[in-house]
Amino acid sequence: MAYLIIDHVSKFFPGHEGDGTVCIFKDVTLKIDQGEFVTVIGHSGCGKSTWLNISAGLETPSEGGIILNGREASGPGLDRMVVFQNFALMPWLSVFENIAIAVRSAYPDWTKDQVAAHVKKYIELVGLQGAERKRPVALSGGMKQRVGLARAFSIEPKVLLLDEPFAQIDALTRGTIQEELIQMWNATRNTVFMVTHDVDEAILLSDRIMLMTNGPSSRIAEIVDVNIPRPRSRETVIEDRNYYKVRNHIIHFLVRHAKHGETGGEGELGQTIKYEPLQVTF
Amino acid sequence: MNGRAKRSPWFITAFLLIIFLVGWHVATLRPAFNPQGKTEEELLLLEFNGDIVATDDGNYMWNPEKIKGVPGPLSVLDKVVTELGEAFEKKGTNDHGIAYLVYYTVSRFAVGFLAASVVAIVLGIFLGLNRMLFQAVNPFIQILKPISPLAWMPLLLYTVKDPTMTSVLVVFMASIWPTLATTAFGVNSLKKEYLHVASILQLSWFKRLYKVILPGAAPTIVNGLRISFGSALVAVVPAEMLLGELGVGYLSWIEWNNLDISGVIFAILVVGTVGMILDSGFNKLAGLVTYQE
Repeated sequence: MAYLIIDHVSKFFPGHEGDGTVCIFKDVTLKIDQGEFVTVIGHSGCGKSTWLNISAGLETPSEGGIILNGREASGPGLDRMVVFQNFALMPWLSVFENIAIAVRSAYPDWTKDQVAAHVKKYIELVGLQGAERKRPVALSGGMKQRVGLARAFSIEPKVLLLDEPFAQIDALTRGTIQEELIQMWNATRNTVFMVTHDVDEAILLSDRIMLMTNGPSSRIAEIVDVNIPRPRSRETVIEDRNYYKVRNHIIHFLVRHAKHGETGGEGELGQTIKYEPLQVTF
Repeated sequence: MNGRAKRSPWFITAFLLIIFLVGWHVATLRPAFNPQGKTEEELLLLEFNGDIVATDDGNYMWNPEKIKGVPGPLSVLDKVVTELGEAFEKKGTNDHGIAYLVYYTVSRFAVGFLAASVVAIVLGIFLGLNRMLFQAVNPFIQILKPISPLAWMPLLLYTVKDPTMTSVLVVFMASIWPTLATTAFGVNSLKKEYLHVASILQLSWFKRLYKVILPGAAPTIVNGLRISFGSALVAVVPAEMLLGELGVGYLSWIEWNNLDISGVIFAILVVGTVGMILDSGFNKLAGLVTYQE
């Protein structure tokens, strides 16, 4: 049985005109195995961030639910930690305190020294030694997200949810942090569910990539397996013979096919058309 | 270059002060008494009224005891020196030294302001956390907010029957609304991610409040406190005047009753100085709790 199941989840928002609802996505099911790195790519507005927030328990689904390790996971919890696009570091706390507040919550019976040692370990893991006492305002975007990653990994969650984690970081730094993420992930092998716009990032990091059609009423159109052997690095993945096939396939999808899925949902005679995502392997 | 940029405003400040003082002095200067064109009778009447006095050499001069018009900076300075010299003297029931008056005003202000701040912050947090409650209570706040705190005074005086308490309550009424409104706003508009992090980390209600909500809303709350602070400082002076409570605001009024305009100006200067000192102390405190994003 899969470790994390996003089970027949639908989300409706009240429509702008007041009457009726807008369907963001309907009846999405996704199964992620333990230790798997799964990514969702789609255009803005396809509801992928909503999907991630539902997985985190920060938003409630209109229908369906989340099953983690055989149990329903409702509401947010320490087992599903989010790395936020805009970092979500508390600006009034130092780097150390931002991580320590998470560690103290995850391990409430630890002593002060244990917490400090644990925080120190993760600060070193992301290479932020010397910045412990700094406030987030004094850090660059890349360093802020390193703190975000350290905070997320430090509580050793069952599932890591990455919400476009590198979207606000400049391209060069982004590459470096992606590789740091790979190293951290290699050490822990958490189950990871990531949402991104960046095709290269998705291929570099993921085992499977979900391609979503445009919203409203978006759905998973294809699931692309990334069979590039691990460990990966930015330098070696592009040498892989499948890299550009996968990349071209995804970009073709995003450019040509993503908007073709708009008719999804109800068929002409009112019966529900069941779309099964297309499995793509190279 | 930096040093120069830092130094020059002081020069300008000093320059403006000198211009002002000289201008004030010149504007309030009275020409020496000129008896020309006045009959003997007129002069006698002026002397009889005390407007002029005879000098040793048989001429007349303006009576320095009977000041007309706005006093100049020198006579105000004279008053300042006298008053500061008697700062710690109590000469009568209503004639306390300036140090006492400042103490009365500051303590009255502090009690009213602190009480209002505590009430406003606690209420504001509840309103900020609960949108429905906020919308339900907001009409009351909107009606109560624009009422001048002094308008409450007769009612408060009638209810509590104690002028000291009334003046504290006027300060309270003056300083509760801005803090209440901005606290509710600050808590309500706190970035959702902070609350998301707090709920993922399963922080307890209390921890969420003092680890996330309060520090997160602190800059907005401090802004509200700053507005409250100003309006309380403005309210305390007329409250003292109307209630006859000893204090720097009362000083201004009693000097007016004494027709001592130098005293009125001195009282104004004291109000300004006290306000400035309180305000800079407040800014120091505010700097401790605000953060940069």
